[in-house]
Amino acid sequence: MSTQTVDPAAPAATSQDRAQYGVAALLFAIGAYTLYDATTLTVGFADPVGPKMFPYAIGGAMVVLSLLLVVATARGDKPEAEGGEDVDLTHPADWLTVAKLIGVLLITIATVNWLSWAISGAFLFAGAAWSLGSRTLIRDILVGIVMSVGSWYGFYVGLGIPLTPGILDGIL
Amino acid sequence: MDNLGLLADGLGAALTPENLMYAAIGVLLGTFVGVLPGIGPAMAVALLLPVTFGLEPTQAFIMFAGIYYGGMYGGSTTSILLNTPGESSSVMTAIEGNKMAKKGRAAQALATAAIGSFIAGTIGTLLVVFFAPILADVAVTIGAPSFFAIIVFAMVLVTSLLGDARLRGFISLFLGLTFGLVGMDLNTGQPRLTFGRPELGDRLDIVIVAVGIFALGEALWVAAHLRRKPLEIIPVGQPWMGKDDWGRSWKPWLRGTAIGFPFGAIPAGGAETPTFLSYILERKLARKKDEFGHGAIEGVAGPEAANNASAAGTFVPLLAMGIPVTATSAVMLAALTSYGIQPGPQLMTDQADLVWTLLASLLIGNALLLVLNLPLAPLWAKLLAIPRPYLYSGILFFASLGAYAASQRAFDIFLLLVFGMVGFMMRRFAFPVLPLIIGVILGPLMETRFREALAISGGDLSALWSENLAIVLYVLAALVIIVPMVTKRRRPASGDDVTGGPGGRSDDGSDAVDATDEEKELVQR
Repeated sequence: MSTQTVDPAAPAATSQDRAQYGVAALLFAIGAYTLYDATTLTVGFADPVGPKMFPYAIGGAMVVLSLLLVVATARGDKPEAEGGEDVDLTHPADWLTVAKLIGVLLITIATVNWLSWAISGAFLFAGAAWSLGSRTLIRDILVGIVMSVGSWYGFYVGLGIPLTPGILDGIL
Repeated sequence: MDNLGLLADGLGAALTPENLMYAAIGVLLGTFVGVLPGIGPAMAVALLLPVTFGLEPTQAFIMFAGIYYGGMYGGSTTSILLNTPGESSSVMTAIEGNKMAKKGRAAQALATAAIGSFIAGTIGTLLVVFFAPILADVAVTIGAPSFFAIIVFAMVLVTSLLGDARLRGFISLFLGLTFGLVGMDLNTGQPRLTFGRPELGDRLDIVIVAVGIFALGEALWVAAHLRRKPLEIIPVGQPWMGKDDWGRSWKPWLRGTAIGFPFGAIPAGGAETPTFLSYILERKLARKKDEFGHGAIEGVAGPEAANNASAAGTFVPLLAMGIPVTATSAVMLAALTSYGIQPGPQLMTDQADLVWTLLASLLIGNALLLVLNLPLAPLWAKLLAIPRPYLYSGILFFASLGAYAASQRAFDIFLLLVFGMVGFMMRRFAFPVLPLIIGVILGPLMETRFREALAISGGDLSALWSENLAIVLYVLAALVIIVPMVTKRRRPASGDDVTGGPGGRSDDGSDAVDATDEEKELVQR
């Protein structure tokens, strides 16, 4: 029944989703590395299967699947990107925003043990809000500080888990 | 009746004022997070997991049960009021629910969803009370070869029945299996795929994988495609139902429960199929057929009940065999193991009191959900208007906090980011998420059983089909793969198998329609 309700893929079949070749290459690399990694393992005594068999099977299957994906892509297979409440697929992807978010996360990762969650977490929130288009920087930073300090005390007082205080040792 | 006695003991252990407070906090937090657009139940549970750190197992379970049901209910509220379901199991609810909301009947739609969820959840949990111990008794007696076969069967079902193209499902599954390899080999202690990082030695934390793929992946994906114009949100008053609504709802609730529970209890790929079947069934049985597609209350009541009953049903394989069949139950499994509880055939006997407390908690959480959320619905609806930069920054913040808090390693946030990018890729290229999560969780278990089976036989592969149950399961798994291929060939018009997303989806739809007749017979009996 639903066959009629879905747009026929026929007109799209002539074009290809080239990015999918990249995915296939990545999957191939993952499979090949899994196979290589398995060759570095040694099989112990009294272990008829050993640690190699599963990596061989999984890595091998991954390589086969990546090749199948190449074939499917060449034959016009097109993925249907996932929709959602806040997702508008009619525009091309906004890579700048994604790159900014990843950058904010990487800075957070680099600093969290040194600056403590209270500071890095606040930076994460404010930085992410800025990346996503919020332009009320002062308010974002204040909200971020309230959230990060609040969660630090929440974990410490409520759950008894002291998060690393970092340079704020003695202040928090 | 013995089971009911044990359940009563569980209720006794769970029903203290302090525990009720934890249940209420869980329900409120779960609904709060579940209502937020873009957050489904699995993500809600994964994000809120750290909140239960440091609690006693009993209290953690009770809070968890509240979070679980709250997250589920929050998801359906979002789909009724926004018409863009956060997860596949709410798709059917959104169809009629949003039409009802647009006709000014949002209050009734929310009420029938809430009460239907409550009834289905309660009946479903009681059915778990009866079936899980029976299944566990059987599961204790089966050997490693059959257990291995069960896992293979569950993987094939989840991967094949989920819809979308099979190739993508299997790619997700094997990606998950690859992630499952990371860490120390259980028998020999050799590191596999760890890139020399000691942090990877003790295997990937499933919570980090799940939060990365669900939460971070979603946030990055939305960031790339953020809707520029605000969504239309339908205001809602106090949920209530008239006499007519009750009359039209109670049968769909029960039918939805009957359809949903078996689909959750056998590993058949989550709530997508039963909600769809329930919708079709209600449309066929409705007195006012022409109202369907324009906001028929039956179309909300049935699928919502089916959704919740199926969610309850997933506890049967989860508790009795340690096999999760939905993303949410996969996260639940991760949560249980973090309390040193290893679900499996032994669990029902070894830690019976914990299991009964958990089941009792589910009943309590379900009841509290109804009590708290009917009055609070207008408040939850306001959450839908939260500014998007804050919403997704908040998701990033809490996802990172959850990953970091567990063992306070910056490396864990890095892993979270890696899996966030994997999640982004999966959304862009339409790879289903569930097979990956199942692969990560069941892969190591599968390898253990495999090596157990072959250690007994001294490496002879024929040991794998040495048990009758194993043979039956392999035949069924082969049928699940082969039958759709054959029927597709017989009916070439029903879709080319390389059309990807849309083609795969429509194939799944027509298969499900074929199944409706069988299902109806089952229901009538």
